[in-house]
Amino acid sequence: MSLLSVRDLTVKFAMRDETVTALNGISFDLAKGERLGIVGESGAGKSITGFSLMNLLSRPGFIDSGKILFEGEDVVQMNDKRLRNLRGNRMAMIFQDPMVTLNPVLTIGQQMIETLMAHRKLSREEARQIAIVKLREVYIPSPEERLEQYPHELSGGMRQRIIIAIALLLDPQLIIADEPTTALDVTIQADIMELMLELCQSNQVGLILITHDLGVVSQMTERTLVMYAGRIIEAGRTREIINDPQHPYTQGLINALPQQTLPGQRLKQIPGNMPGLTSIPTGCAFNPRCKYATDLCRSRVPEIVHYGEVEVACHEVQRLHSDEDRQEARA
Amino acid sequence: MSIETLSPKSEPSRWSKAWNSNMGYSFRRNPVAVVSMAVFLLIAVAAFLAPLIAPYDPYDPGSIDIMNSEYPPAWVSGSLPEFKLGTDDQGRDLWSTILYGTRLSLLIGICAVALQAFLGISIGLIAGYVGGRLDSLLMRMADIQLSFSTLMVAIIFLAVTQAMFGTDTFNRYAVVFLIAVIGVAEWPQYARTVRATVLAEKKKEYVDSARVLGFGPMRIMVRHILPNSLSPIFVISTVQVANAIISEASLSFLGLGMPPSQPSLGSLISSGFDYIFSGSWWITAIPGVVLVVLVLVINLLGDWMRDVLNPKLYKG
Repeated sequence: MSLLSVRDLTVKFAMRDETVTALNGISFDLAKGERLGIVGESGAGKSITGFSLMNLLSRPGFIDSGKILFEGEDVVQMNDKRLRNLRGNRMAMIFQDPMVTLNPVLTIGQQMIETLMAHRKLSREEARQIAIVKLREVYIPSPEERLEQYPHELSGGMRQRIIIAIALLLDPQLIIADEPTTALDVTIQADIMELMLELCQSNQVGLILITHDLGVVSQMTERTLVMYAGRIIEAGRTREIINDPQHPYTQGLINALPQQTLPGQRLKQIPGNMPGLTSIPTGCAFNPRCKYATDLCRSRVPEIVHYGEVEVACHEVQRLHSDEDRQEARA
Repeated sequence: MSIETLSPKSEPSRWSKAWNSNMGYSFRRNPVAVVSMAVFLLIAVAAFLAPLIAPYDPYDPGSIDIMNSEYPPAWVSGSLPEFKLGTDDQGRDLWSTILYGTRLSLLIGICAVALQAFLGISIGLIAGYVGGRLDSLLMRMADIQLSFSTLMVAIIFLAVTQAMFGTDTFNRYAVVFLIAVIGVAEWPQYARTVRATVLAEKKKEYVDSARVLGFGPMRIMVRHILPNSLSPIFVISTVQVANAIISEASLSFLGLGMPPSQPSLGSLISSGFDYIFSGSWWITAIPGVVLVVLVLVINLLGDWMRDVLNPKLYKG
């Protein structure tokens, strides 16, 4: 049985006089200890997916339909008490900006000990010992002293380590990391990613990594979902998706990487912007920006089909490939 | 510099931490704040030690001799040496009576503010955190409360209770009534400020991360949001203590507060008011000066605090 399985998840936002669909029929599975990447532009629905998995959406967002089965239980149907038991305990989340994620007026120790004591029947001293062990695991030097410090006394990298330690505090089955390194500089980014990879592998913790950094995804994850305008448009093994993307959007993303361009040339960006939630075009949401778009693309939403090693939602994936094959043959 | 000061092991005490903090530093650099604090502490300590300091007990009818009434202060001719600030119309030693009266005024002021703070902070937290209809309902209640002036509400309430319970019962519980009415009348000040800060704080990610860690709403409100909203609360509290003391004095002056047998500063001023044209100015003037100084130093401290703590959050 998979750890997490999401079926036809639809999330809507109630606006003043209409509801807009932020997530449209998302389905995916995550095995125990598996690492999954979710990529896409800003506004594609990545973070919303992360929040829905914990049933943390607040007004005006709500889960309209679908199931989120976590260890066989439907998160969508859970009452507040069961949800509180789930959050932090079996599922943890790491946010983007470590500067604002920790409570500024409580010491690191207070925050960690309080978290432990809220979920487990522990004495203060036992909780303190666990906190120290967890801080050691994330390579924090002299953890006893850190417990007495306030967040503002620590650097960004240090804080993100502490946030990871807090996420791991109760040995969750799944960690959702929402752009965990975006706010950090590049060298610390690499450290943190390595640390997360190591911890996930050694503790058999599942990881959902939400990011727009394809480099990070290829380094960290086994499988990848590509999202666009609230839908999954391509899913499969990370290696396949990075090396041989099928959907024109994924291809565009990969081509837009600076490594794909010679120095001095312009970056190959995807023309246009992601459509707003109120103005998603009919048919394939990507069609206005897609150079392969046909009338079919403009009128009907593509089904997800298996193509090669991956699943992809594109009408033209067949033609696209035969074109490529022809081009290759000509060359 | 000695080695000892460099070693990281020496843990600074709580007091020296506070003294060396930003607030401690700005306090030392601000002569107005230092003087205000000194005066306030002097008054407060003298007031709370009144039974030890005061030469007479103004509540004890046995120690009062009506024949001693209206002696002037020691520096005016015709005074008696044992009454340094003179006596009032009933022959009570003014110095002792002021000490006891200040104690009452401070007590009522601080307790009323504690009540206001309790009501206002709870309501503000709930309104800000829960939001939606409940928020609108609570804030409209606050608006309605604010549209009546504090004194008007207090006068009506106290006049009605006085009539209902009779003067004797009323006088016995006057302290409680005053605290209740001043406390209830001013809660919206707190509720509005706390709500505004909570609205700003609850959008911050540490609140999300607390929810992600599975904390309940009660714990998030009290343990996570409230400590982050404390600085405006401190600022309002000082200002409100001064306001509450003034309100109490006004009500007592109008005869709706402390009875003449247990005078607060307000009732003392009021009782002397009848004699001011017969030459006994000191019965009104001296307690008046004490009241003004007390309120002034509290307000000056509040001003200083507002400047030190985040001034953007203060909406008084």
